[in-house]
Amino acid sequence: MTESDTFRAEVRQWLEANCPASMRTPITSADDMVSGGSSISFRTEDHRVWFEQMRDRGWFAPGWPKAYGGGGLGPREQQILEQEMRALGCRQPQYNLGIWMLGPVLLELGTEEQKLEHLVPMARGEVRWCQGFSEPNAGSDLASLRTAAVRDGDDFIVTGQKIWTSHGDKADWMYALVRTDPQAKKHQGISFILLDMRSPGVTVRPIELISGKSEFCEVFFDAVRVPARNVVGGVNQGWAVAKKLLEHERAAMSRFSEGGAPSLDALATAAPYLVGAGPVWRDRMAAALMDQQAFELTVHRLRDMMLARQDVSGLSSIMKLVQTEQESAKYELLQQLMGQRGLSMEGDGFSTDEHAVCRLWLYTKSYTIAGGASEIQLNIIARRVLGLPT
Amino acid sequence: MTLLLNDEQRMLRDSAQEFLAARSPVSALRALRDRRDERGYDPELWHEVAGLGWPAAVLPEAYGGLGVGYKGLGAVFEQVGRTLAATPLLSTVVLGGGLLTESGSAAQRDLWLPRVAAGEALLALALEEAPRHDPTRVALRATRVAGRWRLDGEKQFVLDGHVAERLIVVARTAGALGHRAGLSLFLLDPAAPGVRVERTWMVDSRNAARVHLEGVQLGDEALIGPPDEAFAVLDRVLDRARACVAAELLGVISEAFERTVTYLKERVQFDVPIGSFQALQHRAARLYVEIELLRSSLAAALEAADAGRADAATLASLAKARASDLSEKALNEAVQMHGGVGVTDDLDIGLFLKRARVLQQTFGDGSYHRDRYAHLRGF
Repeated sequence: MTESDTFRAEVRQWLEANCPASMRTPITSADDMVSGGSSISFRTEDHRVWFEQMRDRGWFAPGWPKAYGGGGLGPREQQILEQEMRALGCRQPQYNLGIWMLGPVLLELGTEEQKLEHLVPMARGEVRWCQGFSEPNAGSDLASLRTAAVRDGDDFIVTGQKIWTSHGDKADWMYALVRTDPQAKKHQGISFILLDMRSPGVTVRPIELISGKSEFCEVFFDAVRVPARNVVGGVNQGWAVAKKLLEHERAAMSRFSEGGAPSLDALATAAPYLVGAGPVWRDRMAAALMDQQAFELTVHRLRDMMLARQDVSGLSSIMKLVQTEQESAKYELLQQLMGQRGLSMEGDGFSTDEHAVCRLWLYTKSYTIAGGASEIQLNIIARRVLGLPT
Repeated sequence: MTLLLNDEQRMLRDSAQEFLAARSPVSALRALRDRRDERGYDPELWHEVAGLGWPAAVLPEAYGGLGVGYKGLGAVFEQVGRTLAATPLLSTVVLGGGLLTESGSAAQRDLWLPRVAAGEALLALALEEAPRHDPTRVALRATRVAGRWRLDGEKQFVLDGHVAERLIVVARTAGALGHRAGLSLFLLDPAAPGVRVERTWMVDSRNAARVHLEGVQLGDEALIGPPDEAFAVLDRVLDRARACVAAELLGVISEAFERTVTYLKERVQFDVPIGSFQALQHRAARLYVEIELLRSSLAAALEAADAGRADAATLASLAKARASDLSEKALNEAVQMHGGVGVTDDLDIGLFLKRARVLQQTFGDGSYHRDRYAHLRGF
């Protein structure tokens, strides 16, 4: 047996002993997705056990050094752990933006003090993080952000507003982009800061969407004091830090969706409504399923290419666009196939599927806007992949 | 499964690319058209192609085949689409060779397969009778008369039918029009009494024949496989052909798209390259996305054909539907983005458009394959 075989056997044995059976089933709703932090809650005792076992093993952040609360595993060992968790169908013990997005950046660019202060509690699931990037006037054009951070002794004083902050109302800390030099060119006067959401002057307001209540929030800063030691990567160097952070976004998003962000099986949901619906609906349904299969095969091919160490820069640039447009189109189709029965979000007289389709039809409109709108994705493909001139 | 080519398949693709660029660029098709070539393909080119082993690619090793599979042959078809080379690869190897390999008698296989592998004999499949592809709409009858078969009826869109040494005729021996049961395959010498083959000129400058049969007499030795039961094997071989046509379409689409992107960078209007306009950039980016989705679907279809997997039919329909639909969109966009020059015969884009449309109709377009896909997925 090689060393990695031994490790694999150990991991398997440990997971079998410590992952309760109910934590080896697919999640069925967003309520099954536990995030750490001071507002943590568990739907079941099994979930608490699974969370605590993984935490104590250091496997929330298996690849981080043990000194920062991680598991100290090498790349090959991390891969084995992921494979074994997938093989057993283990759920993510928690969904953690801090560990998946901010953590790698702090490991690379943070000061020793920042690492000890933030990575250790992060790796214990004690702090929940949110992201403060977008502003009302800085959406696709993120670098035009205006939230000001003005130096005052050992602190910065932050004034302004963030928007589209997921779970801003439940987060303990925020990593944010703020403007520290209003005179500089717009990409050059930005800093990346860590901000305690319990600071005086922070107000959070959840946003109601066309689909009803949502995880998105507005966050207002009224002269919030942030210690200068909470700047990551240097004052006015924030844009480069943010770009680094976004490199981890795709991996983080795939963890979120692997856990199964709520989604309905298109054909199973459609089946009762296709009966007697006629050939046009059959054709539209077939086209939607074909799109879905073509995308799944493309995910497969992308993985094959990465394993073979081929250049995936072109292919990976299409993934966000295709996935979000297809998901949105899927609910558009289901809603129309259901006709008037797909047009109610609540109350009696409609099935759970009908309510879900109506809500998701509206909710998935945000998919093609958030995280780089489809038009931005098309710009990237046209300019970076096809090399068309600006 | 892996959706990438292995070393051997990659070498085959690279050699096809190199060979076709040198030996059969688009200008070769143009010359074939301009001299109204009676055969519709270049026998010398075909001889050289045989030397490279393409006809042998998917045939059994016992008959001189190389066994590199449909993934390898698909990579060749993609290159064929890029230069619009006119070869009888589909009719002779994928269809003719495929059907004889699957169902032919020992005598038929021994006689024909080595000659197919060596590029010495051309075969053609006489299937279609209706304007649009449907392998069950077969009315051409084969009736039993005094211990022999008598064939009467007409076929159309028989690819390479007028140059083939043998035709494989799909005939109805039982059942009604539209039934799967009751179809049989016959190996027919086009020189036999009662056979009339009429060459037609398709818009892509290649050929497809009409075949008229009247009182054609055949013995049992002409049957390929048992009578009445040919549909399953026919559809299986058609699925490989659909995947190969989709591969050729991917080549046609990719080449036309790359030429269009180049043009967008070079063509200046209003003092800037037109490729700097976002209206055109986004349309080009959308085509790029669709091409990548097609590439994955096609790779899976070819892989499933080689592995003989149960989902080979579903994947063949997926690939052929996407290729057909995208070819329509992509070639229309290629013409439009080239502007006035795009509708002139001087520019090659028109030749790509024409080949794309013929391939779109070959063995089922998007609507045919969406319907089939829905059946196969059980709704």
